[in-house]
Amino acid sequence: MNDVLLEMRGITKRFPGVTALEDVSLAVRRGEIHAICGENGAGKSTLMKVLSGVYPTGSYEGEIRFDGKPVHFGGIRDSEAVGIVIIHQELALVPYLSIAENIFLGNERRGRGGLIDWNRANAEARELLTSVGLDENPVSPVIQLGVGKQQLVEIAKALSKEVRLLILDEPTAALNDVDSAHLLELLRRLRDRGITCIMISHKLSEITAIADSTTVIRDGKTVETLDMSSGDVTQQRIIRGMVGRDIDSFYPDRVSEPGPEVLRIENWTAWHPVQQRKVVDGASLNVRAGEVVGIAGLMGAGRTELAMSVFGRSYGRNISGRLYLHGKEVRARTVAEAISNGIAYATEDRKRYGLNLIADVRANVSAAALGKLARAGWINGNEEIKVAEQGRRDMNIKTRTVLDTVGTLSGGNQQKVVLSKWLFTDPDVLILDEPTRGIDVGAKFEIYTIINRLVAQGKAVIVISSELPELLGMCDRIYTLSAGRITGELPVGQATQEDLMALMTMEKELAG
Amino acid sequence: MTSTEPTARPQDAPAESAPAAALHVGTSDPLTLLTRNLRQSGIYIAFVVIVALFAFLTDGVLLSPGNITNIVLQYSYILVLAIGMVILIIAGHIDLSVGSIVALTGAVSAVLVIQHGQPWWVGVVAAVAVGVAVGAWHGFWVAYVGMPAFIVTLAGMLLFRGLTLQVLDNVSLSPFPADYQKVASGFLNGLMGGQGYDAFTLLIAGIAVAGYAVSVFRTRLARIRYQQPVESFPLFVARVLVVAAVVMYFAWQLAHARGLPIVLIILAVLVIAYGLMTNNTVFGRQVYAIGGNLSAAMLSGVKVRKVNFWIFVNMGFLAGIAGVIYSSRSNGAQPAAGNMFELDAIAAAFIGGAAVAGGVGTVVGAMVGGLIMAVMSNGMQLMGVDQSTQSVVKGLVLLLAVAFDIYNKRRAGASR
Repeated sequence: MNDVLLEMRGITKRFPGVTALEDVSLAVRRGEIHAICGENGAGKSTLMKVLSGVYPTGSYEGEIRFDGKPVHFGGIRDSEAVGIVIIHQELALVPYLSIAENIFLGNERRGRGGLIDWNRANAEARELLTSVGLDENPVSPVIQLGVGKQQLVEIAKALSKEVRLLILDEPTAALNDVDSAHLLELLRRLRDRGITCIMISHKLSEITAIADSTTVIRDGKTVETLDMSSGDVTQQRIIRGMVGRDIDSFYPDRVSEPGPEVLRIENWTAWHPVQQRKVVDGASLNVRAGEVVGIAGLMGAGRTELAMSVFGRSYGRNISGRLYLHGKEVRARTVAEAISNGIAYATEDRKRYGLNLIADVRANVSAAALGKLARAGWINGNEEIKVAEQGRRDMNIKTRTVLDTVGTLSGGNQQKVVLSKWLFTDPDVLILDEPTRGIDVGAKFEIYTIINRLVAQGKAVIVISSELPELLGMCDRIYTLSAGRITGELPVGQATQEDLMALMTMEKELAG
Repeated sequence: MTSTEPTARPQDAPAESAPAAALHVGTSDPLTLLTRNLRQSGIYIAFVVIVALFAFLTDGVLLSPGNITNIVLQYSYILVLAIGMVILIIAGHIDLSVGSIVALTGAVSAVLVIQHGQPWWVGVVAAVAVGVAVGAWHGFWVAYVGMPAFIVTLAGMLLFRGLTLQVLDNVSLSPFPADYQKVASGFLNGLMGGQGYDAFTLLIAGIAVAGYAVSVFRTRLARIRYQQPVESFPLFVARVLVVAAVVMYFAWQLAHARGLPIVLIILAVLVIAYGLMTNNTVFGRQVYAIGGNLSAAMLSGVKVRKVNFWIFVNMGFLAGIAGVIYSSRSNGAQPAAGNMFELDAIAAAFIGGAAVAGGVGTVVGAMVGGLIMAVMSNGMQLMGVDQSTQSVVKGLVLLLAVAFDIYNKRRAGASR
């Protein structure tokens, strides 16, 4: 059993300003299913990118040995050549091409004269589909398949490349229970055929059910590797490894004096814009004036979806449920209505959804409430600059003038521009989605201070975060979200990271 | 990264009374001023160089009174179209149909005025109304159905060319009565007399220059009051004087030809109105927001569909005006009128600094871009360069202008 197929030793990967991986080691035995666990941002995906050659040799430190020999990958093609295939969370299939075309994409079955031999390709594709238990015609386009079946096509594609080590990144995140069970069963069968498998997953029940060993990564470091074969490793045990981090005095103190309720949603449900599944399922929560409420959930739990569907129905379809502001039911069917009702939402992805990067600080700060600066549609440009200056001073935005382009600012300063923009709408409720993602420690502290100041002014704040210490350090109450459902509500005094993680990984039937 | 360094804040400067401060604060470092907005200043420099080049190559004929008047008359409708076009491009759209709309609106006007003997203003109102209707048609498909503007207006290009042929029954109509012709080829001349020149033209130009000077000075005072960086006072005065000199020279030349062209007044009103609209209104700023980052604009409460719809209506409105000017100038309506105008208008916007991906561009820039094309065409015609070479040169200028834009953006991206 000690026959090691893959060994990664002392892997360190640095990005400008951040060390994503620090001295990570991983040993995967031949023919096992090896799970990798960790919080969002712990470094799991980075590690897999190092392994698959997305980050080529030389861009990281450390050594990779595959099948006993040191290997150096300059790109994905090199890693595939030795039989390492990665299936990403966002499936990489071309929707309008057929199953067979997708399976052999970049690896086409050529016949005479370099032309593609379609008969051979389709016949081989049919064999591969049978081996993954998928009964579909290889010539039908991939778009006609559900997500679960598309996942199987990805695996068939991997098998066509003579895979020896299959890496799956969150393979069941988008699948329903039946498809998940089917997929896990397939992984067991592949293991019995001698294919080694690395699986990244947030679903601890799956890991305890299927994995032979589990490596826990935290903050870019290997915490431990657990041998699951003994059967006495529980989900609790894994959670302890994932969160084992203490909250220091990093979070500024705040006196908590919650006032009357500002926002409440009841039985809030939203469907995925194209897929037939609920992304938010009967969620109810409330937040009071002068209170910070946290929403904890793993990737794909529906945190952002919940926030955006409340914020003027900017995400999802068939949205149902009741929204109350100051005890009165309101309908906020558009973003403009949500803003005028006093809701503000600062997105998790400020570059894509939050800011006009090619415009200046001034135009970004005023963008959500231009009407306040205008009379009969005419903007008072000087007043606008004054408002932007005010934001710059209050938030300590480091820029020469408010006429500088936002794209040239650092992440922390961009986030302060986002906050200035939403504060200028004078909201009663601020929903902050990952407010400190991708910004450095100093700027984080500034953001926390700003949040505390807003709460002291009587604003209600909802913070969505992947960092549990951040939620525990900042919030008065924390809701946990799993698979679109609220699975718990804990006052911060009674919550521990272990409790939260257990609620966040609670699955549907238990969540009830 | 410079943004993290402590910087001297303007508000730390000693508080002086605003008008006194206006004389002392500000930078005159030429490098700061030049690089502050290379994309915009580059285009003005290019314009000056091109004018100087062709003035030299044509032995000064380019800047003769008669020729300046000609340039204004010949390219006014392209400039009118370029105003609407740059606004669409800022929002990330395009309109390939404006040439056909110019033809259709001119045809409708000609049928009413020439065939049915209606007064000139009926033709003008009808042409503009048809333009607005066409714009609303495009706006509907782009904004509410969600089709790409490229496809919608490509279809519109064919559709409205076909309708033009039907309206005109495949024949040209001419001539217009004299009062209709005056719209594009009329002059305000001799209203106040003069010795071999038109004093009225000079008076209007003088008022315009004075208005400009007062307006920029007030802006400067306000900027200082709000503690914004400004250029140094001597430089400010120099800038005003240069603008005044250019305008007065231009007016002097016009006054020595046929006086103040009516189209120039129309154009000036449109440029000022749309320049203010794009910079100083909520609507204008929302256009930039949509082009800069559509998702961010939506999540800031911008009613994207409504804005998209109205900028197409606006394009139709301006195309209607261009249709009137063109039919008036060509003294009739032809089935092939306005062919390829869309390309000139698009080229003007891009040469004038509009970004291909949207979010960047100015009305004034598009006007300068249009004038660069106009001066090059006119200059090459004066030199007797044949049509094929002219086309090659214009094509290369467009290519280089957009290449410059992309180079600029990549540089900005690298410093991020």
